[in-house]
Amino acid sequence: MNRMSVLTNGLIKENPVMILLLGTCPALAVTTTAINGLGMGFSTMAVLLGSNIFIALLKNIIPDKVRIPCYIVVIAGFVTIVGMLLKAFAPEVDQALGLFIPLIVVNCIILGRAEMFANKNSVIDSALDGIGMGLGFTFALLLMGSIREFLGSGAIMGIQLTTNLYDPISVFMLAPGAFLTYGFLQALINYVSKGKAVKKKEFGCMGCSLASGCQQIGKGGCE
Amino acid sequence: MEQMLIILLSAILVNNFVLVQFLGICSFLGVSKTMDSSLGMSYAVIFVMVLCTAVTYPIQVYLLEPLGIGYLQTIVFILVIAALVQLVEIAMKKYMQPLYKALGVYLPLITTNCAVLGVAILNIDESYTFTQSLVNSLGAGLGYMLAMVLFSGVRGRIEHNDYPAAFKGIPILLITASIFSLSFMGFSGVITGIFGK
Repeated sequence: MNRMSVLTNGLIKENPVMILLLGTCPALAVTTTAINGLGMGFSTMAVLLGSNIFIALLKNIIPDKVRIPCYIVVIAGFVTIVGMLLKAFAPEVDQALGLFIPLIVVNCIILGRAEMFANKNSVIDSALDGIGMGLGFTFALLLMGSIREFLGSGAIMGIQLTTNLYDPISVFMLAPGAFLTYGFLQALINYVSKGKAVKKKEFGCMGCSLASGCQQIGKGGCE
Repeated sequence: MEQMLIILLSAILVNNFVLVQFLGICSFLGVSKTMDSSLGMSYAVIFVMVLCTAVTYPIQVYLLEPLGIGYLQTIVFILVIAALVQLVEIAMKKYMQPLYKALGVYLPLITTNCAVLGVAILNIDESYTFTQSLVNSLGAGLGYMLAMVLFSGVRGRIEHNDYPAAFKGIPILLITASIFSLSFMGFSGVITGIFGK
């Protein structure tokens, strides 16, 4: 695989949120405004880049049997660093994202990329993959955040656009709006690609980041 | 006692973990295919949530805070939860075969379920006491079960309906979840209504 395709893969073709259906919890929870989506996207990208590089460096040292706990420690370390940086330099973003900063640890995208990509590829490729996937995640969150903010308050990035044009549908800023926006975006992707883009037809075991290490898969999964 | 009831009810209904706070969405959409799997997963989540709170709360209060290393919370909690789930699985397999048969398959899934780590961190953030934390975790687990069971019931009915082809599969599930979430918003004033504060 050439370097450029590693980088661009995550943006559209394998967009983590829209196509691979990973990281749905933060994608739904923090996208109340475009700026929150952007903050979450960049935080996750920083963690992903760090952990991908680190795991690619350590892939020959970490014993295969305990790799998942090792990855979790590396990821949790980077999450702590990013959390502290946010607290120091962008306290308002930290306030808005709240609980979802520490929860980056259990974001399936990060463990998933460590397991599927970083432990098999070189450091540079893993770094590019981290950037690509991170940008894809950021892009998806920014898109959802913009749509929800626009419909819910008539603004994008806090800039009022539709004054007096229509009454904002404030439910889009609340929990149901998140599911609705995501559902319609998925339907749109299905419609445009005639059902081919999203390969997974449902959420399930194989979407889990631990799928390759899970002993239950062979026995028919968790159902 | 009233305080406990308020925490319990608001965790189940008002701040429902799945439908209002978006924690544990993957398993909510993934495992809710049948009523049996929903119930099994929910029992396992309730069990692990309460157990993890019982272990992580003392670690935070008696170990991390006195040593001034509260910033290690995320790393310590996720490791403790992962190790605990493994231990429970091994112990169950050896000593409680029937229980293992019912819950065992769901346990590995729970380590990376954000609801479990989420409740452990929330309890500390809200500065609950130990008992309040346990009640809050129980409420979060019960709320998860309520959402799962209701959703799996509805899911069985939507599959054979006639809706546009583009909505097949995931989109229709998400839109169903949206309507669910909308109905849970109706509970938002219930605590003030009952307890008058």
